[in-house]
Amino acid sequence: MKTLLSTFALLFVASAQAAPQPLQLNGAGATFPFPLYSKWFSEFNKAEPSIQINYQSIGSGGGIRQFLEQTVDFGATDSPMTDEQLAKAKTPVLHIPTVLGAVVITYHLPGIGKGLRLTPDVLADIFLGKISQWNDPRIVAANSALKLPADPILVVHRSDGSGTTGIFTDYLAKVSPEWKTRVGSGPAVSWPAGLGGKGNEGVTGLVKQTPGSIGYVELIYAESNALPYASLKNRSGQFVAPGTRSVSAAAAGSLKKIPADFRVSITDPEGKESYPLGGFTYLLVSQSMDKAKGQALVQFLRWAMKDGQSLAESLVYAPLPKELVKKIEARIGTIVLR
Amino acid sequence: MTLRFRRPEAHAGDLIFSWVLRGAAMGLPALLFSIAFFLFQRAEPAIAKFGWGFFTGSVWDPVQENFGALPAIYGTIVSSFLALLLAAPLSIGTALLLTEVLPRRLASAVGFLVEMLAAVPSVVYGLWGIFVLVPWLRQSLEPALARNLGWIPLFSGPPYGVGMLAAAIILAIMIAPTITSIAREVFRAIPRQQREAALALGATRWETMRLAVLRSGKAGVFGAAILGLGRALGETMAVTMVIGNRPSISASLLEPAQTLSSVLANEYAEAASDLHLAALVEIGLALFAVTFAVNAFARLFLWRRTLGRSAR
Repeated sequence: MKTLLSTFALLFVASAQAAPQPLQLNGAGATFPFPLYSKWFSEFNKAEPSIQINYQSIGSGGGIRQFLEQTVDFGATDSPMTDEQLAKAKTPVLHIPTVLGAVVITYHLPGIGKGLRLTPDVLADIFLGKISQWNDPRIVAANSALKLPADPILVVHRSDGSGTTGIFTDYLAKVSPEWKTRVGSGPAVSWPAGLGGKGNEGVTGLVKQTPGSIGYVELIYAESNALPYASLKNRSGQFVAPGTRSVSAAAAGSLKKIPADFRVSITDPEGKESYPLGGFTYLLVSQSMDKAKGQALVQFLRWAMKDGQSLAESLVYAPLPKELVKKIEARIGTIVLR
Repeated sequence: MTLRFRRPEAHAGDLIFSWVLRGAAMGLPALLFSIAFFLFQRAEPAIAKFGWGFFTGSVWDPVQENFGALPAIYGTIVSSFLALLLAAPLSIGTALLLTEVLPRRLASAVGFLVEMLAAVPSVVYGLWGIFVLVPWLRQSLEPALARNLGWIPLFSGPPYGVGMLAAAIILAIMIAPTITSIAREVFRAIPRQQREAALALGATRWETMRLAVLRSGKAGVFGAAILGLGRALGETMAVTMVIGNRPSISASLLEPAQTLSSVLANEYAEAASDLHLAALVEIGLALFAVTFAVNAFARLFLWRRTLGRSAR
């Protein structure tokens, strides 16, 4: 028995010596970038075995809350923190954009595959319930090539609070004054029309099953499930299909108006090739951090801006435009280590 | 009447055991109160802002920070009672079949299968609801209902598939095993002699079941139904997936609705503002209160019945 115990003890000591405890960083927040982040964290751990990053995808709201309560080393959110929330933070907060997400309008029209084209005002009025038939003259005007049926439109939206809804309603509030006053924008709103499905899969399930329906889902979800999507008319008057390239173009088109703290909406952007329904997703980090953890986090952020960006596109996330990456790297340099 | 473990010659072991039991017995109610206290505390901003209006308001607008829980309370109560209405006859019938009709060996096999229904996770019920139940409702049952009974407000409106009816059916399937197995135990506990007495008086098989089994088991079956109702009131995932999630109060069962727990499941993760979060916690408080009220009412009813019978 004694020998057994001492063998265990020896083994324990030996293993502790062989692998020094990696530095643990804990983060929590947005669910939307979770597939990419988990890939990033495991790749980064391969490149830098001394740092291990744990991430819980509990939602943007939860991410902001936990970050403010300092129960995590970094937060993650799809929509930037409000001034009110920033005022609660104990140390100044940096928003670090990591990649871009986008929202895709998907629909179910038997006999009509891809190729629906929508203008901003028509899209808003459909979701306001004001356009209720597929053969409404205003839809037909942009889709002369399609034979639209005389069927009612069934609007499907997310029932759960979501960054996807945040981007979508932010866009509608920009392009439709009526949407802005009646509904407003946010991760959860009071919908004037339609049914709520839980999650991307809930919305997709309803749209796939119900002829005449229209809904919105994340780009990555639409691509991996080969859903039909609508092209949207952007500010330059071009109909643009959603895709990683047209979303990155939207960020590039918005460069001029991106403020120093990166808290910005890039829906309805400038640029001929810009898809109008996109947005940044952010990591939230403190401006000043304790040395060991801060150093590790800065190292990761720098890695995410370089190697991380090239991993994004394979997982259908739109990478950041190069000019913006430079600005963000400069910003990462301002993190103070105590 | 008080039960005392302590006697002059009591052993230390007895003493310790008695204190352990007391601790355990006090612990559970204490937990209940601490949960209620926690909910009150966290819901405070919403309680202060909306007062009783929270329970009578029917607008739920996170953007304007205007919160009213009436549609969710309505949806919770209606969907649960509707589920009970569907599940109770089915379950009591099944329990009768298992105890009175089927030979023992077959009955235990069927009983096992019924209990397996209770082991299916609720998200699986939800997925089954989305991909099987909802399409069937939309294509077959709901158009037929609207065609034949559409003049009743209960069955009017376009057939979406998702909605109150879908939620009630899913809930009924989920609570049926609970009610069935408890009702079965109740029927089994009824003495054989009662059935024999009924038969000896010339009762038919159905009359025996009605007089000797159902009538004596009434209180127990009622209790079984209440346990089923309790599960239906709090069920979250499957309901959220099929109810359509619209904060409206509609007479039609075909229309989408929402429940207290579905609002929580939908919005908790992304609620960023303090008032929104407090309103969601108050939703939890409302769910707590509704469940508590229903259970208390049922207990009272049950207590009166059993008391009335033993006094006779």
